[in-house]
Amino acid sequence: MMNSDFWRAFARNKGAVLGLVILIAIVVLAAFASVFFPGDPWEMATAPFQPPLSEDALLGSDMLGRDIASGIAHGARVSLLIGLTSTAAALAIGVTLGALAGFHGGKVDDAIMRFTELFQTIPNFVLAVVLVAIFTPSLTTIVLAIAIVSWPPLARLARAEFLSLRTREFVQAAITTGQSNTTIILRQILPNSLSPIIVSASLMVATAILLESSLSFLGLGDPNAMSWGYMIGAARTVIRQAWWMSVFPGLAIVLTVLALNLVGEGLNDALNPKLARSRG
Amino acid sequence: MNQFDLMRTPVETAAMNTPLLDVRGLSIALPPGADRPLAVDNLTFTLNPNEILCVVGESGSGKSMTAHAMMGLLPAPHVRVSGGSLLFKGKDVLAMPEAEQRSLRGGRIAMVFQEPMTALNPLMRVGRQIGESLREHTDLPAPARRARVVELLAQVGLPNPAELAEAYPFRLSGGQRQRVMIAMALACQPDILIADEPTTALDVTTQKQILDLIRSIQAERHMGMMFITHDFGVVAEIAHRVAVMRHGKLVEYGAASDVLNRPQHPYTRQLIASVPHYIEHRDDHAKTGAPLLVADKVRKVFNVGGGLFKKSKQVVAGDDLSLTIHPGETVGLVGESGSGKSTLGRSIVGLIKPDSGRILFEGTDLLALDRKGFRPYRRAVQMVFQDPYASLNPRHRVGDIVAQGPVAFGEDRNRALARARELLAMVGLDGSAADRFPHEFSGGQRQRIGIARALAMEPKLLVADEPVSALDVSVQGQVLELLDDIRRRLNLAMLFITHDLRVAAQVCDTIAVMRRGKIVEMGTAREVFTHPRDAYTRSLLEAIPGKAWHIPEDLQARAGAH
Repeated sequence: MMNSDFWRAFARNKGAVLGLVILIAIVVLAAFASVFFPGDPWEMATAPFQPPLSEDALLGSDMLGRDIASGIAHGARVSLLIGLTSTAAALAIGVTLGALAGFHGGKVDDAIMRFTELFQTIPNFVLAVVLVAIFTPSLTTIVLAIAIVSWPPLARLARAEFLSLRTREFVQAAITTGQSNTTIILRQILPNSLSPIIVSASLMVATAILLESSLSFLGLGDPNAMSWGYMIGAARTVIRQAWWMSVFPGLAIVLTVLALNLVGEGLNDALNPKLARSRG
Repeated sequence: MNQFDLMRTPVETAAMNTPLLDVRGLSIALPPGADRPLAVDNLTFTLNPNEILCVVGESGSGKSMTAHAMMGLLPAPHVRVSGGSLLFKGKDVLAMPEAEQRSLRGGRIAMVFQEPMTALNPLMRVGRQIGESLREHTDLPAPARRARVVELLAQVGLPNPAELAEAYPFRLSGGQRQRVMIAMALACQPDILIADEPTTALDVTTQKQILDLIRSIQAERHMGMMFITHDFGVVAEIAHRVAVMRHGKLVEYGAASDVLNRPQHPYTRQLIASVPHYIEHRDDHAKTGAPLLVADKVRKVFNVGGGLFKKSKQVVAGDDLSLTIHPGETVGLVGESGSGKSTLGRSIVGLIKPDSGRILFEGTDLLALDRKGFRPYRRAVQMVFQDPYASLNPRHRVGDIVAQGPVAFGEDRNRALARARELLAMVGLDGSAADRFPHEFSGGQRQRIGIARALAMEPKLLVADEPVSALDVSVQGQVLELLDDIRRRLNLAMLFITHDLRVAAQVCDTIAVMRRGKIVEMGTAREVFTHPRDAYTRSLLEAIPGKAWHIPEDLQARAGAH
């Protein structure tokens, strides 16, 4: 019953459905990249500087003759993988710290929030660049760097939710019936605070993909993994002669981020039905 | 004929000329999918000049919708008038062009809302807010408007009106804000004043002052007044005529003395029977054995505000609070908002740690125990919360909610669930309730679930913090009866916290009256109610609405039932 309501509310937002369709298409592309485009995307597939719609390369080839379409398909894997895992890691850090701060309040809250502010005062991207540069670029270090720079907003959100839910009577009832703090945090409060956290996590996936692309653009991507940011970065010197090399990976990023944002908005409507209704 | 009949006679016999407001066959349609098709169904009544008509009903009876239809406040397009007419001095309001309707509203018909805390714009000075409707509806020049505002504020009994006009709403108390609302409504000297539960959010002594004010203003200006309320005490206090509504239909309509003293319709009779009242023949509680709980000089101070460089303000919530509860005794803790009654209740169940004093449970000082030592006593003292909509976790099944406590104390889950079903049956819900979610239940049913949850711990003392104040009157009566039945069956002691002296008088053996963090009087319900010693208790009793009215004898709660 709950599920059908959820889908109805989600489907009422046409943009969200479109976003979901695009997102599924990208996931399929990523999952079957090696079926659609067998072979290594780093390998030379055809002559360099082939424009789009040429014989061997649907979206053209780059200056080393690598197939752009193949690069986009394999790059989708990296982008999605990094987006999802770094968000999961950010969730783990942010929600844990936020929950502890919001539940215990007082000195614990003060300590955790000052720690959070420490991270918030440093510009995200600069910190990510520094972290990746120190730990040598690889998928793991990129994921960690992105997670480390993006957990503070989640911690603040979780804290706010916990602060307000902690004073609710059902939580007080749980205290008076002798339930342990862990039970109260995990079973009573967390399920009730998930909606806004899920929404902002879905938007965070998009931010993470952008961050990863920016890192790759600067040459700080995993040297073994083809990624959209790397493709744009490599093609930027020849953008006047060969627009397709940067435009298609750029479009892939725009579409993915757009789709994630649309889905996030749809989730917001579905999970906060009161707000959605006022929209008509 | 009692005193009450005499009081009303002159007004009722006064000549009634053409009605000020004539509502004929009014129907208001709800959007499809609502729990009923019509919010208001074929409603007909009249309001005469110089008359207070009380519209009485429980939540969802359509009483506020009727007022909102008059004021054009229905949430269009979902809710709309689907039939009938609203005649103001013989002219149909609903047929008027929009501009004419607007000049009527706020000008000839004014409204006072329930929530004085939200009805005023927090960013606008009080004087300007009142001046607003003068600017809209009159052509007075600005200085004359300002003078009029000050005059109005003086008329509603506010001190330093000139100064107050420059104040922002947050500086005013609830009662003062309601006075400002009334001044605003009176600004254009309306013919009709609609008041939608104007005293429900106020403390009982403030309520009395506002009711007195409303009554005197109405008499002075010979206004017609439609007063919406759910409280028959308030009706007895001010009504000339009464209309009782249920599920959008008018069920009884007549002179106040008739409806109050000789109610005809079964629903009216039920509503009047559920008005909480002191039961004459209740025996004093026989205190036997050692006391179950002794609160000894409990003191709690809250630090409000403050920061790194700012000293925080100290608010004394409870000072020198001493209280004794014997096994099987029901002690009522009565006080107005902010009197510290909840602080004491929460200290006893261990949700708040007092700064000093002792709370002895069967001789053990609970405040001296550490977390682990306190744990066994958690079971013995349980709480029933005020808000049935906030006290149950919306994501858990009812059976789980009831069973969670025992499970936390190591009870086998299946056994706890089976016991939960028994308890749900005991509080009057059927067995399938355990598998459903809280949102599928009404407020009264949820409060029963809250009671079952407390009982699952097999407590010796139940702290009930305003357990019925969020419920409708008729449901209130049922929940009070359930609590009374359970405490007698299980020989539970109960600390019953309430702001309503009438409710306390109905269910408590002993009553403690609190004011500003102190207990000012404690005694048996009989003593406190019939021979109050403290001046504050007397003023509380004095403020009970409708005290001159006696509930018809055949509708009084039977003393034998208690």
